[in-house]
Amino acid sequence: MLDLKGYGPALMEGAVVTIELAFLSLALAVALGLIGASAKLSNSRAAKGAATTYTTLIRGVPDLVMMLLFYYGGQVVVNMLSDYLWDAYEIDFFFQFDPFISGVITIGLIFGAYMTETFRGAFLAVESGQIEAARAYGFTRWHTFRRIMIPQMLRHALPGIGNNWQVLLKTTALVSIIGLTDMVRVAEEAAKAERMPFHFFIPVAFVYLTLTAGSELFIKWLNKRANVGVVQES
Amino acid sequence: MPDFIAQWLNQNDIFTAMTIMEYWDGLVTTVHLVFLSLVIGLVVAVPLAIMRTVRNPLVSGPVWLYTYLFRGTPLLIQLYIIYYGLAQIEGIQETFWWEIFREPFYPALLAFTLNTAAYTTEIIRGAIVSTPHGEIEAAKAYGMNWFLRMRRIVLPSAARRAVQAYSNEVIFMLHASAIASVVTIVDLTGAARNIYSRFYAPFDAFLFVALLYMLLTFALVFAFRKLENHLLKHQRPLSS
Repeated sequence: MLDLKGYGPALMEGAVVTIELAFLSLALAVALGLIGASAKLSNSRAAKGAATTYTTLIRGVPDLVMMLLFYYGGQVVVNMLSDYLWDAYEIDFFFQFDPFISGVITIGLIFGAYMTETFRGAFLAVESGQIEAARAYGFTRWHTFRRIMIPQMLRHALPGIGNNWQVLLKTTALVSIIGLTDMVRVAEEAAKAERMPFHFFIPVAFVYLTLTAGSELFIKWLNKRANVGVVQES
Repeated sequence: MPDFIAQWLNQNDIFTAMTIMEYWDGLVTTVHLVFLSLVIGLVVAVPLAIMRTVRNPLVSGPVWLYTYLFRGTPLLIQLYIIYYGLAQIEGIQETFWWEIFREPFYPALLAFTLNTAAYTTEIIRGAIVSTPHGEIEAAKAYGMNWFLRMRRIVLPSAARRAVQAYSNEVIFMLHASAIASVVTIVDLTGAARNIYSRFYAPFDAFLFVALLYMLLTFALVFAFRKLENHLLKHQRPLSS
């Protein structure tokens, strides 16, 4: 059996942190993606411009640089805000900008931009007749969005969401660099202390491989379900 | 130079000639690392992609396993395994390889190359597999053998279909190269981290480097768009 030199429990906890991080970032990314896609498809020029700036900026900057910026910069901003609130209103407000929060914000923002493109394409794939019919039935804009657009675009968005999720999962490894004790961090410390790099990194690599392979199967299954009743052109 | 920039530079403690030189060296390292890994990766990926399309599972299987492993795990883990792992190989410190792999640059180059080669292999494989049947049949009818067909018909045609996906891979690699700073390489990100820790000025250090990466990215996007237009000229609708 694999002997992890007593680092087994720590690695397990690290794996849980990685998974939590991935799911929270995914939730943020999906929310941002929906907002971004709606903004891009809206008639307001300001909203369109803002969404386009967002996706363009995100695609130009490496994930690690953005993470370092949010982690180190975020704390400076919080400190400044805290000073200001105390001086102006005597409100005692402070929080520590920890690696986990920075990781979720950064990964959520990055993949929010990719999700924006995915959802935009998916919304465009919904037939315009569906929207016209909804409006003819007297649905409000919000109702049309929630009851007609979202359920119908999901089918088109699923493959894109799946790809983004796979990349997101691997990006979570970066958060170990700013000090989050996820499984990569634990493995790194263990590998250095025991001078056995293969011994600790290869199991971690396999955890990632299992996660990506498992997600692949799950997404395939979801895809199949979402496309029930749709004629497939092979 | 406009006055306000000159004034700003004069009052500035951070962006002095010395730090600008540090950023410049970092830029050179980043470009060097990314360019080399992409070129070597592409050269390795073409034969691998061809092997991957071969019917014999003994040929295509190992390549599939390689791409699956390298695409299914984070690049950071691959970098750690190679960087920390190479030094642990029994007896490597006595061979001449140690002279090469003692520097962090070469382990990082190896990790990046293996990673990008795996992704590129799959991109090229996809392009090869989607070659229209007619093109291959026509080549066969002309009596071309397998090698000639590959060289003159399949690969050029696949290259056109692969350019767009490959341009994404190039940008992905440029961004992924930022993790080289983790193994003590002073690339662009490494320079920014050094300058951050010296002045405790996160915005100056990281926003500036983000801007540099952005410029590099947009230059690449522009170059690839030109290349794509050039390669797909024959498919452009005639303007009336």
